[in-house]
Amino acid sequence: MPPFQTLIDEHATEVMAVLRGAVGRSDADDCFQETFIAALRAYPKLRDDGNLRGWLLTIAHRKAIDHHRARGRRPLPVAEVAETPVNDPEPLDGIWELVGALPPKQRAAVTLRYASDLPHAEIAAALGCSPEAARRSLHEGIKRLRKELA
Amino acid sequence: MKTAIDRLAERAAAEGLLDVAYTRTDSPFGPLLLATTPRGLVRVGLPNQDEEEILAELAGRVSPRVLEAAKPLDEARRELDLYFAGKLTEFELPLDWQLSRDFRRRALRAIARIPYGQTRSYTEIATSAGNERAVRAAGTACGTNPIPVVVPCHRVLRSSGGLGGYGGGLPMKEALLALEGAHSG
Repeated sequence: MPPFQTLIDEHATEVMAVLRGAVGRSDADDCFQETFIAALRAYPKLRDDGNLRGWLLTIAHRKAIDHHRARGRRPLPVAEVAETPVNDPEPLDGIWELVGALPPKQRAAVTLRYASDLPHAEIAAALGCSPEAARRSLHEGIKRLRKELA
Repeated sequence: MKTAIDRLAERAAAEGLLDVAYTRTDSPFGPLLLATTPRGLVRVGLPNQDEEEILAELAGRVSPRVLEAAKPLDEARRELDLYFAGKLTEFELPLDWQLSRDFRRRALRAIARIPYGQTRSYTEIATSAGNERAVRAAGTACGTNPIPVVVPCHRVLRSSGGLGGYGGGLPMKEALLALEGAHSG
Protein backbone atom coordinates (compact mmCIF):
# COMPACT_ATOMS: atom_id res chain seq x y z
CA MET A 1 0.00 0.00 0.00
CA PRO A 2 1.27 3.52 -0.70
CA PRO A 3 1.60 5.89 2.29
CA PHE A 4 -1.88 7.13 3.23
CA GLN A 5 -0.75 10.72 2.69
CA THR A 6 -0.65 9.98 -1.07
CA LEU A 7 -4.41 9.35 -1.01
CA ILE A 8 -4.95 12.70 0.69
CA ASP A 9 -2.65 14.52 -1.73
CA GLU A 10 -4.31 13.00 -4.78
CA HIS A 11 -7.98 12.76 -3.84
CA ALA A 12 -8.87 15.11 -0.95
CA THR A 13 -9.99 17.93 -3.24
CA GLU A 14 -12.29 15.66 -5.22
CA VAL A 15 -13.72 13.99 -2.12
CA MET A 16 -14.51 17.43 -0.70
CA ALA A 17 -16.15 18.56 -3.95
CA VAL A 18 -18.30 15.46 -4.13
CA LEU A 19 -19.33 15.83 -0.47
CA ARG A 20 -20.23 19.48 -1.03
CA GLY A 21 -22.51 18.30 -3.82
CA ALA A 22 -23.99 15.56 -1.70
CA VAL A 23 -24.55 17.29 1.68
CA GLY A 24 -23.92 20.99 1.09
CA ARG A 25 -21.02 23.18 2.03
CA SER A 26 -21.75 23.57 5.72
CA ASP A 27 -21.76 19.83 6.46
CA ALA A 28 -19.17 18.70 3.92
CA ASP A 29 -16.26 19.28 6.28
CA ASP A 30 -17.64 16.92 8.94
CA CYS A 31 -18.36 14.25 6.34
CA PHE A 32 -14.85 14.75 4.98
CA GLN A 33 -13.37 14.01 8.42
CA GLU A 34 -15.62 10.96 8.83
CA THR A 35 -14.65 9.70 5.38
CA PHE A 36 -10.90 9.91 5.83
CA ILE A 37 -10.92 8.63 9.41
CA ALA A 38 -12.94 5.59 8.28
CA ALA A 39 -10.56 5.10 5.36
CA LEU A 40 -7.51 5.41 7.60
CA ARG A 41 -8.98 2.88 10.02
CA ALA A 42 -9.60 0.31 7.28
CA TYR A 43 -6.52 1.04 5.19
CA PRO A 44 -4.00 -1.49 6.57
CA LYS A 45 -6.46 -4.33 5.93
CA LEU A 46 -7.31 -3.27 2.40
CA ARG A 47 -6.30 -6.05 0.00
CA ASP A 48 -6.46 -4.38 -3.35
CA ASP A 49 -4.93 -0.96 -4.04
CA GLY A 50 -6.03 -1.02 -7.67
CA ASN A 51 -8.79 1.58 -7.29
CA LEU A 52 -8.11 3.67 -4.21
CA ARG A 53 -10.01 6.63 -5.65
CA GLY A 54 -13.17 4.55 -6.16
CA TRP A 55 -12.76 3.11 -2.68
CA LEU A 56 -12.49 6.58 -1.08
CA LEU A 57 -15.46 7.93 -3.04
CA THR A 58 -17.51 4.92 -2.02
CA ILE A 59 -16.76 5.65 1.64
CA ALA A 60 -17.55 9.34 1.08
CA HIS A 61 -20.96 8.46 -0.30
CA ARG A 62 -21.75 6.12 2.55
CA LYS A 63 -20.88 8.93 4.94
CA ALA A 64 -23.08 11.34 2.97
CA ILE A 65 -25.96 8.86 3.12
CA ASP A 66 -25.40 8.34 6.87
CA HIS A 67 -25.48 12.08 7.28
CA HIS A 68 -28.82 12.41 5.49
CA ARG A 69 -30.30 9.50 7.42
CA ALA A 70 -29.24 11.13 10.66
CA ARG A 71 -30.94 14.34 9.66
CA GLY A 72 -34.10 12.59 8.57
CA ARG A 73 -35.47 12.70 5.09
CA ARG A 74 -36.82 16.21 5.23
CA PRO A 75 -36.06 18.32 2.15
CA LEU A 76 -33.13 20.71 2.44
CA PRO A 77 -34.17 24.10 3.78
CA VAL A 78 -34.20 26.88 1.21
CA ALA A 79 -31.85 28.95 3.36
CA GLU A 80 -29.02 26.58 2.49
CA VAL A 81 -28.94 27.93 -1.05
CA ALA A 82 -27.95 31.35 0.26
CA GLU A 83 -24.87 29.94 2.00
CA THR A 84 -23.03 29.81 -1.30
CA PRO A 85 -20.77 32.85 -1.74
CA VAL A 86 -22.01 35.19 -4.45
CA ASN A 87 -18.76 35.04 -6.42
CA ASP A 88 -18.33 31.30 -6.20
CA PRO A 89 -15.65 30.19 -8.65
CA GLU A 90 -17.24 26.79 -9.29
CA PRO A 91 -19.47 27.06 -12.36
CA LEU A 92 -21.38 23.88 -11.53
CA ASP A 93 -22.40 25.03 -8.10
CA GLY A 94 -25.99 25.71 -9.09
CA ILE A 95 -26.31 22.18 -10.40
CA TRP A 96 -24.94 20.70 -7.18
CA GLU A 97 -27.50 22.56 -5.14
CA LEU A 98 -30.23 20.98 -7.21
CA VAL A 99 -28.50 17.62 -6.84
CA GLY A 100 -28.32 18.25 -3.10
CA ALA A 101 -32.12 18.58 -3.02
CA LEU A 102 -32.74 15.16 -4.60
CA PRO A 103 -33.84 12.21 -2.43
CA PRO A 104 -30.76 10.47 -0.89
CA LYS A 105 -30.45 7.51 -3.28
CA GLN A 106 -30.91 9.60 -6.39
CA ARG A 107 -28.52 12.24 -5.10
CA ALA A 108 -25.88 9.64 -4.31
CA ALA A 109 -26.32 7.92 -7.68
CA VAL A 110 -26.01 11.20 -9.57
CA THR A 111 -22.91 12.39 -7.69
CA LEU A 112 -21.24 8.99 -7.94
CA ARG A 113 -21.89 8.88 -11.66
CA TYR A 114 -21.14 12.44 -12.70
CA ALA A 115 -18.82 13.85 -10.04
CA SER A 116 -16.86 10.67 -9.41
CA ASP A 117 -17.28 9.00 -12.79
CA LEU A 118 -17.99 5.58 -11.27
CA PRO A 119 -19.56 2.79 -13.36
CA HIS A 120 -23.01 1.42 -12.45
CA ALA A 121 -21.58 -1.64 -10.73
CA GLU A 122 -19.52 0.49 -8.33
CA ILE A 123 -22.44 2.83 -7.71
CA ALA A 124 -24.50 -0.21 -6.82
CA ALA A 125 -21.76 -1.40 -4.45
CA ALA A 126 -21.60 2.02 -2.82
CA LEU A 127 -25.35 2.19 -2.33
CA GLY A 128 -25.73 -1.43 -1.32
CA CYS A 129 -28.27 -2.17 -4.07
CA SER A 130 -28.38 -4.02 -7.39
CA PRO A 131 -26.88 -2.41 -10.51
CA GLU A 132 -30.39 -2.26 -11.93
CA ALA A 133 -31.66 -0.33 -8.91
CA ALA A 134 -28.62 1.98 -9.14
CA ARG A 135 -29.41 2.63 -12.81
CA ARG A 136 -33.02 3.40 -11.89
CA SER A 137 -32.02 5.85 -9.12
CA LEU A 138 -29.65 7.55 -11.53
CA HIS A 139 -32.34 7.75 -14.22
CA GLU A 140 -34.94 9.15 -11.80
CA GLY A 141 -32.43 11.68 -10.49
CA ILE A 142 -31.49 12.90 -13.95
CA LYS A 143 -35.15 13.12 -14.99
CA ARG A 144 -35.88 15.27 -11.97
CA LEU A 145 -32.88 17.52 -12.60
CA ARG A 146 -33.96 18.01 -16.22
CA LYS A 147 -37.39 19.08 -15.03
CA GLU A 148 -35.90 21.51 -12.50
CA LEU A 149 -33.62 23.03 -15.11
CA ALA A 150 -36.26 23.26 -17.84
CA MET B 1 -8.80 22.57 2.48
CA LYS B 2 -5.56 22.79 4.45
CA THR B 3 -7.51 23.29 7.68
CA ALA B 4 -9.60 20.21 6.95
CA ILE B 5 -6.45 18.14 6.40
CA ASP B 6 -4.75 19.50 9.54
CA ARG B 7 -7.85 18.64 11.55
CA LEU B 8 -7.77 15.16 10.08
CA ALA B 9 -4.18 14.56 11.22
CA GLU B 10 -5.04 15.77 14.72
CA ARG B 11 -8.07 13.54 14.94
CA ALA B 12 -6.14 10.56 13.56
CA ALA B 13 -3.53 11.04 16.30
CA ALA B 14 -6.22 11.33 18.98
CA GLU B 15 -7.86 8.10 17.80
CA GLY B 16 -4.60 6.18 17.66
CA LEU B 17 -4.63 5.97 13.86
CA LEU B 18 -1.49 7.99 13.18
CA ASP B 19 1.11 5.22 13.03
CA VAL B 20 3.78 7.28 11.26
CA ALA B 21 3.85 11.10 11.24
CA TYR B 22 6.37 12.90 9.08
CA THR B 23 7.50 16.43 8.40
CA ARG B 24 10.48 18.30 6.98
CA THR B 25 12.92 20.54 8.79
CA ASP B 26 15.71 22.80 7.59
CA SER B 27 19.32 22.00 8.34
CA PRO B 28 22.62 23.59 7.25
CA PHE B 29 22.86 20.73 4.74
CA GLY B 30 19.39 21.05 3.24
CA PRO B 31 15.94 19.75 4.22
CA LEU B 32 15.74 16.70 6.49
CA LEU B 33 12.75 14.37 6.50
CA LEU B 34 11.71 13.37 10.03
CA ALA B 35 9.36 10.49 10.81
CA THR B 36 8.04 9.35 14.17
CA THR B 37 5.83 6.59 15.52
CA PRO B 38 3.98 6.91 18.84
CA ARG B 39 7.10 5.27 20.36
CA GLY B 40 9.64 7.76 19.06
CA LEU B 41 11.73 9.05 16.18
CA VAL B 42 12.00 6.21 13.66
CA ARG B 43 13.62 7.75 10.59
CA VAL B 44 15.70 10.74 9.54
CA GLY B 45 16.05 11.24 5.79
CA LEU B 46 19.17 13.16 4.73
CA PRO B 47 19.00 15.85 2.02
CA ASN B 48 20.49 13.57 -0.65
CA GLN B 49 18.05 10.74 0.05
CA ASP B 50 14.83 10.19 -1.91
CA GLU B 51 11.82 11.25 0.13
CA GLU B 52 9.25 9.21 -1.76
CA GLU B 53 11.36 6.11 -1.40
CA ILE B 54 11.70 6.66 2.35
CA LEU B 55 7.94 7.15 2.79
CA ALA B 56 7.19 4.04 0.73
CA GLU B 57 9.64 2.08 2.90
CA LEU B 58 7.96 3.33 6.08
CA ALA B 59 4.55 2.37 4.67
CA GLY B 60 5.83 -1.11 3.90
CA ARG B 61 7.87 -1.80 7.02
CA VAL B 62 6.08 0.13 9.79
CA SER B 63 2.49 0.86 8.71
CA PRO B 64 0.73 2.31 5.65
CA ARG B 65 -0.96 4.83 7.98
CA VAL B 66 1.63 7.47 7.13
CA LEU B 67 0.47 11.09 7.41
CA GLU B 68 2.19 14.43 7.10
CA ALA B 69 1.85 16.10 10.51
CA ALA B 70 4.29 18.58 12.06
CA LYS B 71 3.15 18.57 15.67
CA PRO B 72 4.30 15.06 16.70
CA LEU B 73 7.78 16.09 15.51
CA ASP B 74 8.03 19.44 17.31
CA GLU B 75 10.46 18.10 19.92
CA ALA B 76 12.69 16.42 17.31
CA ARG B 77 12.83 19.64 15.31
CA ARG B 78 13.63 21.67 18.40
CA GLU B 79 16.50 19.39 19.42
CA LEU B 80 17.91 19.22 15.89
CA ASP B 81 17.80 23.03 15.54
CA LEU B 82 19.75 23.35 18.80
CA TYR B 83 22.20 20.66 17.74
CA PHE B 84 22.99 22.35 14.42
CA ALA B 85 23.41 25.64 16.29
CA GLY B 86 26.03 23.93 18.51
CA LYS B 87 23.81 24.35 21.58
CA LEU B 88 22.87 20.73 22.23
CA THR B 89 25.30 17.89 22.84
CA GLU B 90 22.92 15.07 23.71
CA PHE B 91 19.60 14.21 22.13
CA GLU B 92 16.90 13.38 24.64
CA LEU B 93 13.96 12.51 22.43
CA PRO B 94 12.72 8.90 22.47
CA LEU B 95 13.81 6.69 19.56
CA ASP B 96 12.00 3.82 17.85
CA TRP B 97 14.58 1.20 16.79
CA GLN B 98 12.23 -1.04 14.84
CA LEU B 99 13.86 -0.43 11.44
CA SER B 100 17.08 -2.17 12.53
CA ARG B 101 17.48 -5.66 13.95
CA ASP B 102 19.94 -7.95 15.69
CA PHE B 103 23.60 -7.09 15.18
CA ARG B 104 22.82 -3.87 13.36
CA ARG B 105 20.59 -2.66 16.15
CA ARG B 106 23.22 -3.49 18.75
CA ALA B 107 25.82 -1.63 16.69
CA LEU B 108 23.55 1.42 16.37
CA ARG B 109 22.86 1.42 20.09
CA ALA B 110 26.62 1.36 20.69
CA ILE B 111 26.96 4.29 18.28
CA ALA B 112 24.24 6.19 20.14
CA ARG B 113 26.44 6.01 23.26
CA ILE B 114 29.49 7.71 21.64
CA PRO B 115 29.76 11.06 23.43
CA TYR B 116 29.51 14.34 21.53
CA GLY B 117 32.76 15.41 19.93
CA GLN B 118 34.37 11.95 20.24
CA THR B 119 34.93 9.27 17.64
CA ARG B 120 35.19 5.46 17.58
CA SER B 121 36.48 3.01 14.99
CA TYR B 122 34.34 0.49 13.12
CA THR B 123 36.27 -2.22 15.03
CA GLU B 124 35.33 -0.70 18.39
CA ILE B 125 31.67 -0.59 17.36
CA ALA B 126 31.81 -4.22 16.20
CA THR B 127 33.28 -5.17 19.58
CA SER B 128 30.62 -3.24 21.53
CA ALA B 129 27.94 -4.97 19.46
CA GLY B 130 29.30 -8.35 20.53
CA ASN B 131 31.46 -9.47 17.60
CA GLU B 132 34.87 -7.85 17.21
CA ARG B 133 35.42 -9.55 13.87
CA ALA B 134 32.24 -8.15 12.29
CA VAL B 135 33.94 -4.91 11.24
CA ARG B 136 32.35 -4.90 7.82
CA ALA B 137 28.91 -5.53 9.33
CA ALA B 138 29.52 -2.57 11.66
CA GLY B 139 30.17 -0.51 8.54
CA THR B 140 26.90 -1.73 7.04
CA ALA B 141 25.07 -0.83 10.26
CA CYS B 142 26.39 2.73 9.87
CA GLY B 143 25.55 2.80 6.18
CA THR B 144 21.95 1.70 6.81
CA ASN B 145 21.42 3.80 9.96
CA PRO B 146 17.72 4.80 9.81
CA ILE B 147 18.21 7.70 12.26
CA PRO B 148 21.40 9.49 11.16
CA VAL B 149 22.58 12.64 12.99
CA VAL B 150 20.54 11.71 16.09
CA VAL B 151 22.22 8.29 16.16
CA PRO B 152 25.64 9.74 15.38
CA CYS B 153 27.15 7.33 12.87
CA HIS B 154 29.22 10.30 11.68
CA ARG B 155 31.34 9.69 14.82
CA VAL B 156 32.54 6.33 13.50
CA LEU B 157 35.85 6.35 11.58
CA ARG B 158 38.34 3.86 10.20
CA SER B 159 40.94 2.49 12.63
CA SER B 160 43.54 4.25 10.46
CA GLY B 161 41.77 7.52 11.20
CA GLY B 162 40.31 7.69 7.69
CA LEU B 163 36.80 9.08 7.35
CA GLY B 164 35.12 5.91 6.09
CA GLY B 165 31.75 6.51 4.42
CA TYR B 166 28.58 8.51 5.05
CA GLY B 167 25.06 8.19 3.67
CA GLY B 168 24.71 11.96 3.45
CA GLY B 169 28.06 12.36 1.67
CA LEU B 170 31.53 12.81 3.15
CA PRO B 171 31.39 16.65 3.23
CA MET B 172 28.41 16.38 5.60
CA LYS B 173 30.29 13.89 7.82
CA GLU B 174 33.29 16.24 7.99
CA ALA B 175 31.07 19.23 8.72
CA LEU B 176 29.27 17.42 11.57
CA LEU B 177 32.60 16.39 13.11
CA ALA B 178 33.86 19.96 12.75
CA LEU B 179 30.68 21.30 14.37
CA GLU B 180 31.33 19.03 17.36
CA GLY B 181 35.01 19.99 17.45
CA ALA B 182 36.09 16.40 16.82
CA HIS B 183 39.28 15.68 14.92
CA SER B 184 38.82 13.43 11.92
CA GLY B 185 42.17 11.92 11.07
